[in-house]
Amino acid sequence: MKCSPSEITLDQRSRDLRRLVIRAIAAARRGHVGSSFSLIEMLRVLYDDVLRFDPKNPQWSQRDRCILSKGHGCLALYALLADKGFFPVEELDKFCKPDGILGGHPERHKVPGVEASTGSLGHGLPIGVGMALNARMEKANYRVFVVGSDGESQEGSVWEAAMAAAHHKLGHLTVLLDYNKQQSYGTIAEVLGLEPLSEKWRSFGFAVTEVNGHDVAELRDVVARVPLEPQKPTCIICHTIKGKGVRMCEGNLKWHHKTKISDEEIQALYDGLEAA
Amino acid sequence: MRQTCLKMIYELAKQDPRVVFVGSDLGTGTLEQFKTEMPERYFMEGVSEQSIVGMAAGLALEGKIVYFNTIATFITRRCFDQVAVDLCLHNLPVRLIGSGGGLVYAPLGPTHLATEDIAIMRALPNMTVVAPADANEMRRFMLRSLNHPGPIYIRLGKGGDPIVTPDDQPFAIGRAYRLREGKDVLILTTGICATVALDAVPQATVVHVPTIKPLDTETILTEAAKARVVVTIEEGTLSGGFGSAIAELLLEAGLTPRFRRLGIPDVFPDQYGSQASLMERYGLTPACVAATVQQLQRN
Repeated sequence: MKCSPSEITLDQRSRDLRRLVIRAIAAARRGHVGSSFSLIEMLRVLYDDVLRFDPKNPQWSQRDRCILSKGHGCLALYALLADKGFFPVEELDKFCKPDGILGGHPERHKVPGVEASTGSLGHGLPIGVGMALNARMEKANYRVFVVGSDGESQEGSVWEAAMAAAHHKLGHLTVLLDYNKQQSYGTIAEVLGLEPLSEKWRSFGFAVTEVNGHDVAELRDVVARVPLEPQKPTCIICHTIKGKGVRMCEGNLKWHHKTKISDEEIQALYDGLEAA
Repeated sequence: MRQTCLKMIYELAKQDPRVVFVGSDLGTGTLEQFKTEMPERYFMEGVSEQSIVGMAAGLALEGKIVYFNTIATFITRRCFDQVAVDLCLHNLPVRLIGSGGGLVYAPLGPTHLATEDIAIMRALPNMTVVAPADANEMRRFMLRSLNHPGPIYIRLGKGGDPIVTPDDQPFAIGRAYRLREGKDVLILTTGICATVALDAVPQATVVHVPTIKPLDTETILTEAAKARVVVTIEEGTLSGGFGSAIAELLLEAGLTPRFRRLGIPDVFPDQYGSQASLMERYGLTPACVAATVQQLQRN
């Protein structure tokens, strides 16, 4: 890492994407704010620079598959999908509403561009392994990206699937891990520590690297180089800050998942973003 | 029944390139011919049922039809969340083939007894639950399984179970079949309990219900309307299982025959022995069924 996640100043695009997240939060007065803000640059780089997709044909067979396994970070995904034209940006104003397609966790059969319904943790990587195996079977050249989280890595199914990915030498499968080091109750370290995390993934057969998850240039550079080793799945551990971009949310677990968000707090989110 | 099921997977795979077989850690040599002839569609994935269900979902999302086989209790309760979210919420064509449904693994104890599989699988939206009576019916069912749109839980018997379904009997998912026409007494069964029913009361009508979900409400209600006594038999828990499904159906249709469910009470079986000895312990024998029918007729 060239610098720490806290040293990154957000550019206009990163702020605009977070503004879309706040727009949805304003509609529902709730959401996983911190968990979404930590993800923005990871998803931004994927959708701006890496993934092949066609928003007018979300099921295009040659598209790269991107699964948001930490489904609670869906506001970040919704912001990107709306920005790319998978659905009208006005859908954000119906977040969690009875007549909306965007819920507190993403659902494939409702939201164009969502590859898998997630929310229960530890599901994305197994599904990604199946998709990657299919690509090999069909000699298709699409790639599979699974965006997971640190807290999610406490689920055993993540490691079952990691074994399978390495066993099958799925070089076209990449895991991006949002390592913001906090979960609902407290820090990862105090709840159920994951360290040494790089060594864990490496010992499970992945090629591993660590990046600043808010440094767009560094993310671009690394993701463009996958697979980092031939015939090995890749794990990119992205060091991030929960709530990145709004000072009052950063590292503040009250914003992990917040409900009954007031007018004043919505304004404070917008103001905080401008000050970032 | 299991051998027939596996043989049919091979046959289906030969004719349809969408068919994929996945096992967890099955006996050595399982489907060797499949593996030799179609290695790219054969997977033995190790003791990792949660991940396998997700992997099967990923394959199915890409257009594959996945047949996944392992021990019934591990393919249902070990990975229940994956079955619910990955398979049922996405409504995908994955077939969960549970070896040793019910009391088959009696000598191995409660960790290996799939007594609540039917109850928990039928609680899941989009899930189809099938328990064939014998190998012949398994073959007919498997032909129908190929193009069924959603997930299916398939309960296997021990193997070598008596053949009780006629060769010329058709099979459609969601249909129940009358194996014998009788009078006043209706016995409804699923899976291998059809044998018990046929041997119990000669004058009883016996309807075999291989598809527990969705139920063939028309056939069941038509037959129940003609009976004064209705008994259900299942090799599984009475809490929410097959008999519960029948009770719900009859009562909500306004039918109130003299009614009794025979199955496993709300306990973990406390003996080893054999499938037959545990079935006897829980009253799943022709003699117990006959006694239950007589008691209901007297009251």
